[in-house]
Amino acid sequence: MADMQVNLAGVSFKNPVITASGCFGFGREFAKLYPLEKLGGISLKGMTLHERLGNPPPRIAETPSGMLNSVGLQNPGVEAFIENDLPWLKEQNTVLIANIAGSCVEDYCEMAQRISETDVDMIELNISCPNVKQGGVAFGTSPEGAASVVREVRKHAKKPLIVKLSPNVADIAAIAKAVEAEGADAVSLINTLLGMRIDIKTRRPILRNNTGGLSGPAVFPVAVRMVWQAANAVNIPVIGLGGIEKAEDAIEMMMAGASAVQVGAAMFYDPYAPVKIAEGIEQWMNDNGVKNISEIVGTVKPW
Amino acid sequence: MSYLQKQFPILDTKCLAKDIHELVVSCPEIASQAIAGQFVNIRTSHTLRRPISICGIDAEKGTIRLVVKAQGKGTDEICRMRPGDTIDLLGPLGNGFDVKNSNLKAVVVGGGIGAAPMYGVASVYGKNCAAILGFRDSADVILEKDFQALGCELLICTDNGTRGFHGFTTQMLENYLKENHVDIIHTCGPKPMMKGVKDIAEKYGVRCQISMDERMACGIGACLGCACKTKKEDGSSTYSHVCKHGPVFEAQQLDFD
Ligand SMILES: Cc1cc2nc3c(=O)[nH]c(=O)nc-3n(C[C@H](O)[C@H](O)[C@H](O)COP(=O)(O)OP(=O)(O)OC[C@H]3O[C@@H](n4cnc5c(N)ncnc54)[C@H](O)[C@@H]3O)c2cc1C
Ligand SMILES: Cc1cc2nc3c(=O)[nH]c(=O)nc-3n(C[C@H](O)[C@H](O)[C@H](O)COP(=O)(O)O)c2cc1C
Ligand code: FES
Repeated sequence: MADMQVNLAGVSFKNPVITASGCFGFGREFAKLYPLEKLGGISLKGMTLHERLGNPPPRIAETPSGMLNSVGLQNPGVEAFIENDLPWLKEQNTVLIANIAGSCVEDYCEMAQRISETDVDMIELNISCPNVKQGGVAFGTSPEGAASVVREVRKHAKKPLIVKLSPNVADIAAIAKAVEAEGADAVSLINTLLGMRIDIKTRRPILRNNTGGLSGPAVFPVAVRMVWQAANAVNIPVIGLGGIEKAEDAIEMMMAGASAVQVGAAMFYDPYAPVKIAEGIEQWMNDNGVKNISEIVGTVKPW
Repeated sequence: MSYLQKQFPILDTKCLAKDIHELVVSCPEIASQAIAGQFVNIRTSHTLRRPISICGIDAEKGTIRLVVKAQGKGTDEICRMRPGDTIDLLGPLGNGFDVKNSNLKAVVVGGGIGAAPMYGVASVYGKNCAAILGFRDSADVILEKDFQALGCELLICTDNGTRGFHGFTTQMLENYLKENHVDIIHTCGPKPMMKGVKDIAEKYGVRCQISMDERMACGIGACLGCACKTKKEDGSSTYSHVCKHGPVFEAQQLDFD
């Protein structure tokens, strides 16, 4: 029997497939299609201390094998989540990861504190959202910025802390090392790559925000490369994401060094993608005599 | 409300006008619960699914009709599908029109491809309904016989006067409201037209429902991509999501700026 279980920072996941933040809401919409307990975990929609309305529309543009989004962290605020969504989520029998963003270090700390008082299993610190003007990515693009926010948040986070990294940087290894040194329990990458599309008839950007975050299969090779570089630089677990749409992609990402994976944009064209990926990994393990999925992590044999 | 995602067989296809095709899809699970104004999200070879309104529903036969205008690579692909092919649908999605009281006197206003969802609405009201449909040119007119078969009063408008009333649907609507009692207006079409319909409905004090159009990704309310500015009860602005809170909104909820 293939053992799909993985352990990240002391939290046990029944399989290594987690839904990516912002692509799965708070789970209710997909729960109409399949039980959420089939998932290893859910990284919940990015939250802020107070409600955010997000950016004006259009917020979505299609790209070759991918998409841009400029949602801009629309969310009801952390208290509304705790009151309205968390009790229901807690009954779904899967690992819950709260993805939090702020416009200043104090906001991040207050959120980490508040989430730590709840039944959420882990915190994912989003220092990489390209769609909000202040904060977010401002912290994530330099080792010093990333370290400064993790250092403070660490004091308030009583749950395992994942730091979600931006790909819009020159040296991902340096940033991964910096957050590890400040006490991050894991890193997840990649968030979206900054992109732009223009309607040549109107000469207007398709997104009202002008620019947005690129995700989907188009970013997969970039994500594999960055996960590989980050995994080689740190000893904490790496969660790999960016463009994963099938079991083979997840396996490739794990061979690059990811201990678990997240699936995002693929769910928009195939809502069952995370379930199929988990089943496909299990099938592949059986076919290849892999007993424990953790055996394959980082087993790429670089030239 | 619930939805599902599956491959369904296409039973029939037909060209209705230049670049506009109709597909009849066998999907009993969707047909049995769909309401006029709801939509399906269709997978093509491109990354994002394409939202398409459910034009007609035959719950008995277990079929729905889709009317699609080829205006880009995804809709072009859908228009090239033929009987015997299968189509990957996620649906039925969103909230349809309020057609619970078919005894009301209704007017449906459809602009261009917006005529398609209006057919499903008109088929609920039948004779109690007037359909005001606007097209650029006589060659673009679609679903004429279908609306006629419902027994509703059909008022066709063309921008260039090559068929029916020479002018916009909004002018026709205003003329109609001056002379007739109307309980409810349902509309779908280009934004400027829908804004015009909203203003006229307000002027004449008639309830009005509008089907909105926005770029989508998930289609179910999870990605928050399809935002549309709406007014809360206290008058403040917020963003609703066309796929989940719409596509049909009460006119007064909408904030066309
Ligand atoms: C609720 C709803 C119901 C609709 N019903 C119908 C219908 O019954 N018949 C019909 O012909 N069309 C309908 N449309 C419009 C249809 O979805 C678009 O024409 C289609 O998505 C364009 O895709 P494309 O590949 O041809 O164009 P491309 O320009 O190649 O598309 C690129 C991207 O932009 C999106 N996009 C482009 N134009 C639109 C648009 N007007 N609305 C939404 N997304 C757009 C596409 O979905 C895709 O993600 C509906 C739209 C909505 C939101
Ligand atoms: C519509 C949308 C919304 C997103 N919102 C968030 C968010 O709130 N927080 C976050 O950390 N990442 C967010 N992301 C980024 C994804 O979690 C993920 O990092 C990225 O999309 C790459 O993975 P993918 O190619 O599998 O989609 C969002 C992505 C999309 C497409
Ligand atoms: S398309 Fe995802 S929320 Fe509407």
